Amino acid sequence: MFLAKVHVTLRKSILDPQGKAVEHAVATLGVVGVDEVRIGKYIEFRVDGKSEQEAREAAEQVCRKLLANPVMEDFSLVVEPQ
Amino acid sequence: MKEMTDRNIRFGVVVFPGSNCDHDAHHAAGALLGQSAEFLWHKDHDLKNSDVIILPGGFSFGDYLRSGAIARFSPIMKEVIRFAQDGGVVIGICNGFQVLVEAGLLPGALIRNSSLRFVCRFVHLRVENGATRLTNRCKQGEVLTIPVAHGEGNYRTDPETHRRLEENGQILFRYCDKQGRTTPEANPNGSLDNIAGIMNEEGNVFGMMPHPERACDPLLRYTDGRKIFESIINSFVRPATEPELVSIHNGGR
Repeated sequence: MFLAKVHVTLRKSILDPQGKAVEHAVATLGVVGVDEVRIGKYIEFRVDGKSEQEAREAAEQVCRKLLANPVMEDFSLVVEPQ
Repeated sequence: MKEMTDRNIRFGVVVFPGSNCDHDAHHAAGALLGQSAEFLWHKDHDLKNSDVIILPGGFSFGDYLRSGAIARFSPIMKEVIRFAQDGGVVIGICNGFQVLVEAGLLPGALIRNSSLRFVCRFVHLRVENGATRLTNRCKQGEVLTIPVAHGEGNYRTDPETHRRLEENGQILFRYCDKQGRTTPEANPNGSLDNIAGIMNEEGNVFGMMPHPERACDPLLRYTDGRKIFESIINSFVRPATEPELVSIHNGGR
């Protein structure tokens, strides 16, 4: 059994209004030097597979077809043995 | 109420868990426009011989993951996608529009409103293409008053797709002011190029964020939404009975 950890974020080319709002709040907070705030989702799930490769392929399919919308989102995936 | 065709058009309104404009759409097509209307439960596979499928507004599956992302996998969507691919008329309103882009039946994506707020008010829409199955009862450039109610209606697409939408006349409506000017102030959600509604290249799948079904009943004062429903109904009128309408069969069945 493997554990898949997925981060989904809006693509760089897409304006992230939530990220922008947080950026403004950071400025109000008084912390300087913070920019390009992006807000996304973290999703994890268990996935079965004979090998890590097999588990990764299944997890990738879940990411591509369901968890992230490729029109507007990117995802990063980590698969680790459990 | 005068019926527009000798034969009733059958509207099928899909009901997902969390749909909340299904009854409005049913009421508009059925009671107000005098057509036949049926609810189609999302777990069913039967489109009940519908001529037109409406994916209504609401919050299907609580908008979990992304608006429309889960609904797109509902059993009935297999049938809806096949119906659309065969040239059937499919209309997604608000959440229904989100389902259609998630299902890949319409290009682009709908993201969070640029204001980060849920916007619920009347807006003005300029008819950008008055020769489609959804708009043939509107004049080109006519300004309609129809309400919006959404938090994620900010239409986005890549420049190449945007160019194609424009060139093919697939942009149906743009947000505008009372005079028909598409200003940034008239844009309720930050949509690219003030886009409020689009259709696919074939001209049989339509998506719009505003709610025409909420502007059909004279009791509610604004009735511009009727023009949308009347256009759909009109598009089924056979050219043989009304020859002057031949030209409006723009790429449709």
